[in-house]
Amino acid sequence: MTMKMLTPAFAVQRDTDRCIRCRVCVNQCANEVHYMDEDGWMWVDEDRCVGCQRCGVLCPTHALSITEFPMQFRSNRYWTPSHIREIYAQAQTGGVLLTGMGNPRLYRSFFDHLLLNASQVTNPSIDPLREPMELTTYLGNKDMDKPDQEKPQLRLKVPVMFAAMSYGAVSLNVQKSLAMAAREMGTMWNTGEGGLHADLREYSPNTIVQVASGRFGVNPDYLQAAAAVEIKIGQGAKPGIGGHLPGEKVTPDVAQTRMIPTWSDAISPAPHHDIYSIEDLAQLVETLKVATGYTKPIAVKVAAVHNIAAIASGIVRAGADIVVIDGFRGATGAAPLRIRDNTGIPIEVALAQVHQRLLDEGIRQRASLVVSGGIRSSADVIKAIILGADAVYIGTAALIALGCHMCQCCFTGRCNWGIATTDPHLSKRLNPHLGAEMAANLLRAWEHEIKEMMGGMGINSVDSLRGNRLMLRGIGLERHELELLGVLAAGE
Amino acid sequence: MLRREGEIRIPSGCAIAGIINRQGERFGGSDIIASIANMHQRSNGLGGGFAAYGIYPEYQDYYALHIYYDDETARQLTENYLNQNFRIVVNEMLPLRPLRRIVDAPLIWRYFVRPREEKLMLTHMGEDDFIFQAVMWINDCLRGAFVASSGKNMGAFKGVGYPEDLGEFFRLEEYHAYLWTAHGRFPTNTPGWWGGAHPFTLLNWSVVHNGEISSYSTNRRFLEMYGYKCSLQTDTEVIAYTFDFLMRKQQLSLEETLDVIAAPFWTSIQKDAQARLRRRYAALLLNGPFSIIVATGNGLVAVNDRIKLRPLVAGTRGNYLYVASEESAIRVVAPVLEKIWTPGGGEPVVGLLNDMEGLTAVPDQQSRSA
Repeated sequence: MTMKMLTPAFAVQRDTDRCIRCRVCVNQCANEVHYMDEDGWMWVDEDRCVGCQRCGVLCPTHALSITEFPMQFRSNRYWTPSHIREIYAQAQTGGVLLTGMGNPRLYRSFFDHLLLNASQVTNPSIDPLREPMELTTYLGNKDMDKPDQEKPQLRLKVPVMFAAMSYGAVSLNVQKSLAMAAREMGTMWNTGEGGLHADLREYSPNTIVQVASGRFGVNPDYLQAAAAVEIKIGQGAKPGIGGHLPGEKVTPDVAQTRMIPTWSDAISPAPHHDIYSIEDLAQLVETLKVATGYTKPIAVKVAAVHNIAAIASGIVRAGADIVVIDGFRGATGAAPLRIRDNTGIPIEVALAQVHQRLLDEGIRQRASLVVSGGIRSSADVIKAIILGADAVYIGTAALIALGCHMCQCCFTGRCNWGIATTDPHLSKRLNPHLGAEMAANLLRAWEHEIKEMMGGMGINSVDSLRGNRLMLRGIGLERHELELLGVLAAGE
Repeated sequence: MLRREGEIRIPSGCAIAGIINRQGERFGGSDIIASIANMHQRSNGLGGGFAAYGIYPEYQDYYALHIYYDDETARQLTENYLNQNFRIVVNEMLPLRPLRRIVDAPLIWRYFVRPREEKLMLTHMGEDDFIFQAVMWINDCLRGAFVASSGKNMGAFKGVGYPEDLGEFFRLEEYHAYLWTAHGRFPTNTPGWWGGAHPFTLLNWSVVHNGEISSYSTNRRFLEMYGYKCSLQTDTEVIAYTFDFLMRKQQLSLEETLDVIAAPFWTSIQKDAQARLRRRYAALLLNGPFSIIVATGNGLVAVNDRIKLRPLVAGTRGNYLYVASEESAIRVVAPVLEKIWTPGGGEPVVGLLNDMEGLTAVPDQQSRSA
């Protein structure tokens, strides 16, 4: 038995002068916020609203506006509205709070405290419209015994890839959009732990397949099809936590792709049950190399946690060709809220430390470094590269390009934008051809911006940017933070 | 307080010049001084220097160390270290000509040395590697001491001042070399530090450089993985170490080395081997505007950055090859040339001694008994 304690989170306001009773809002809202009674009156059930803005955006007369519900708790700097709301929710359900997307809390973003350099007088800036500007990046082990015995390399025309999002967590149309955009832009998309759908086999040369703790969809064909294989140990949104795709999302198509029974829960254990230590990881890396005939780079993805520099070093020594580090801003389709908001460390610091550690140990050549978790713009990309990354993954930014409005309710399966859902009616709202164009446009725009910034610095190859920390200055950072990031302060 | 170079990184503009007699005939320092002096406006009196090859034939089996000291204490500490590790056959002050325009000169000493046999045995190192470590250690750890050059049958003469004044100060007219390079410097601040002047050297390598390496921090971090200590914090230092690393340690040819430091654009790479080199040594691409002259005992190579953001001209007459930032600096010493040209971006000008196959690193003296 529960007692009502809360106002709705959002207020839905309808301008009745504008509303033409077309019922677009009724049809569009999978949460059933809007309905029309038999007399033609429009009603709303605001308790169901998640603030995804689908109705407001599609309303042909802009009669709808969605705002945060105006009633406020009595002001308290310590007991914030979210603390109070979360306690009410737990008092009613007795459950772990679930959420979606990345950590939204106000921790310091180091990206926002770093400034780029530019050339003046002593060094000419370069105009990317007149001079070649190279973003081509190769991922893989570059430490070779003989010059002609190169290990497999992954070629990226732009150092930005689409992060792992599984079919099941997102709709097939999302994966189609990203796969097409990756092919168009000469980069990679990642299957996540959900197998590779038959319709996406044609994008194999631009596909990274994931092997995660549930081993869903993993078979010899799957490994052969990929350009690279990624072992997923953890993700930034929920380090140390496994995954759970609820049975109601496991449609026949999802089930077939994952190689599991229809409508059954798909549970990825927290650890790989064949990896309880670093030497076990080395065996899986080697196994996958053997399974793919030493023709593909093997990546290992981990969440950025406290001891990340030592962990990354171990991963390189375990034979990984690419180390992927996902920061604490990394997103997810579903995670326990407390874990998402309180676990892990910022990607900027993790990256700076890992890059330096691999250099100090003389093993930086043995693996490429890919980072993810909260990359919001081309400026974040270039800063990550300067801190030492070879490339980045974007997940949230890619979904926003496809229409995501960050309502953080991915886990409900009722995504009105057709993204985080397997419901066929909702999924078809995302046209994969349009989606591909928007995702490719995002990369194209970022590519232009990165070239402009590089040209300003007088650098015409991304190779010369990687780890070039003199190109960054910190602003508003403490001395120890500057030291961790390996950058000087603005003015120094 | 202004921090001295070595504690802080300072960009600078410059003039460079080089002359080689490809028959190995030695000639005095007056031509190279005239050549660099012709480009007086390209420097600002805060640095200049010369490298000369073939000047110590009587000691050609010994490493010639030119060492700068801030004071007597630094010298004593360094000499203690040298005595422990090297057999020193000559230990003398470098002959100098005091000039009013050259001030604050450090104590400059010259040593001809070979590593002690027992030290080589203990460290399992070849002579070159031993010297390499010693130079790194002195520059990094011995305060007030700085190794200006450490090759065989060659030496660097550099300091704060205009290059033509430094030429007089170092009495270069008394030296005879078959290969000379020179540098006039225009640093953008700093009161000037003798160690910060060009050429930068390591073993037989010397580099004079006009430009700014925007990839410095990337190059440096990579080189540090292999034991190089960039104690001087200048771009030029990483060029010298890059050549040493690629050619001496990694045994790349000159052509391959140039494919790394001034790599062709991806779109114009034809050969797999070039692409592999570029991927492998991506962090050693020298990015930003530069023209450089890199010399070793058997020749020189002059090259620009790949989009030619700094000037470089080359000319030939008989057995002589001239390179300089400006044509006038060549014409002033060789008014009539058989050929004169402006190399394109990344396109090397190579001048080798006739009897040599190609530009190579210092011949590695692995045979300790030699």
